[in-house]
Amino acid sequence: MSRSGLLVFVRAVVALGGRSIRQTFRKPQFLAPIFVFPTLVLAVNTGATSAGREIPGFPEVAGFLDFELAGGMIQATMLAGVSGGIALAADIEMGFTDRLIAAPIPRSTIVLGRLAATAVLGALVGVWFVLIGLLFGAEVQAGPLGALVVLVLVFMAAAVFGGLTAAIALKSGSPSSVQGIFPLTFVLVFLSSAFFPRALLVEPARTIADYNPMSYIVEGFREPIVADLTLGASLACLAAVALLGAIGAALSGLALRSRLRNG
Amino acid sequence: MAGIDLEVAEGEIYGFLGPNGAGKTTTVRMLCTLLRPTGGQATVAGHDVLADSAGVRRAIGVALQEAALDPLMTGRELMRLQATLHGLSKREGRTRAERLLDRVGLVDAADRRVGTYSGGMKRRLDLATALVHEPRVLFLDEPTTGLDPVSRLTIWEEVRKLNDEGTTVFLTTQYLEEADQLADRVGIIDEGSMAAEGTPAALKAEVGSPHLDLALPDGDSSRAGEVLSQFGTVGEGENGFVTVTLRDGAIGVAPVVRALDEAGIAVASLDLVQPSLDDVFVAKTGRRLEGDDAAEPVLAPAA
Repeated sequence: MSRSGLLVFVRAVVALGGRSIRQTFRKPQFLAPIFVFPTLVLAVNTGATSAGREIPGFPEVAGFLDFELAGGMIQATMLAGVSGGIALAADIEMGFTDRLIAAPIPRSTIVLGRLAATAVLGALVGVWFVLIGLLFGAEVQAGPLGALVVLVLVFMAAAVFGGLTAAIALKSGSPSSVQGIFPLTFVLVFLSSAFFPRALLVEPARTIADYNPMSYIVEGFREPIVADLTLGASLACLAAVALLGAIGAALSGLALRSRLRNG
Repeated sequence: MAGIDLEVAEGEIYGFLGPNGAGKTTTVRMLCTLLRPTGGQATVAGHDVLADSAGVRRAIGVALQEAALDPLMTGRELMRLQATLHGLSKREGRTRAERLLDRVGLVDAADRRVGTYSGGMKRRLDLATALVHEPRVLFLDEPTTGLDPVSRLTIWEEVRKLNDEGTTVFLTTQYLEEADQLADRVGIIDEGSMAAEGTPAALKAEVGSPHLDLALPDGDSSRAGEVLSQFGTVGEGENGFVTVTLRDGAIGVAPVVRALDEAGIAVASLDLVQPSLDDVFVAKTGRRLEGDDAAEPVLAPAA
């Protein structure tokens, strides 16, 4: 890509990302589920299942909330992805995407602009849960650098979840189809180590969690909060993010191509 | 689509006319690079739609059938976004956005969310966004469908002005009157292929000459018939009207009036009836254009 081409690309992603962020903040239906619902689940879980910390084999943590924060984060991050997918499908349905396709910009920027906004929303989710944790007595054991690592990982994971839902949005062009995967996010989260250590899950949940990429993503979020920063958990998280990112990029690319071919 | 072969001259308003489902929007979507043609060849402003789709997109402005506007954005935000996407600098984008908002009469509403706009305001904003990069070719896909007569006139006036400034306009419509009022040339599409093409006047001339409807108060129709027969075929119309199909076209009206006056025949009323594009459509396709029946009549705007 030439320098001027790169400039056009970046300007388009920034402009479309900014528009998507404004759109999210102007529509409470997009924003509320991302913050409110996972926060309530976190509150209920922390209050109702804190005795789980006493089970032999539960990791040594400063507090049960510290352990659970990552679960809230991944749930909110996945919902941010679903919200981004719904917004993209709504754009397609109302014809706004046609306006963008008719503009002299690389067509991939239409999806990347949306993903950039979802990633920013993910970072805000990270900040929200870290602040909630600090407010209610949790600590980030790895310090400010650990908190930064968490935010970066959440930022990347949000973009990846947005990529997966973007593929559904591009394929279906229907917000209700994207909304239909909402229950699936809960299944994926609860069949991972989001709210309980993998080692203490009973079969077959344990095996499913071992193969569920969400487990590695959530453990990457959790590690800097409950322990010192380790490369292993972060790298496993990045590998899971890269795997899902590659799947999302391939599916989105195919869906976009199909939409451009068939109108 | 099959059997579409058309050429639009630079600086022309080309009216693409046809009923719902005839293929107008599909053709426009292909020409605007929104839909990939499976065969054939199309060039817009010198750029091939397949080989140089980016070149096409740089040269065109598009206002699609449904005004595709984000209801959560303000008019001003949308204009600036469109300017950025067309590669204008921030400063230039702001300047053009303000100028166009002023041109379409939306300055006062520019900071309101588009969701609060009326149908006419949305169309005007849509048109303004299509113009932000000063395109050489403007595609308007049924720009006035569903609009009230006043809003329709406003859009017509704006399209004329744009054309006067040199913009080539490709206009699809299901309103015969709209094509008649705006288009330099008209293409009639039916079931995916071209049924007729030409200037509105030429197409109308193809289906027949204009005729005069005369009301004669003293009932002296036989004497009038003798006078009128030298100008064309005389017949008896509805409600006792005498009709004469003018052999020389509309230019024959003045001699008819002079001849009747010289013969001392009083005329209560005289109407020159021109063949309409509706007649052309019926002659070419064998049926009427249903969309035009639904259209409210619109008075011709003052020049």
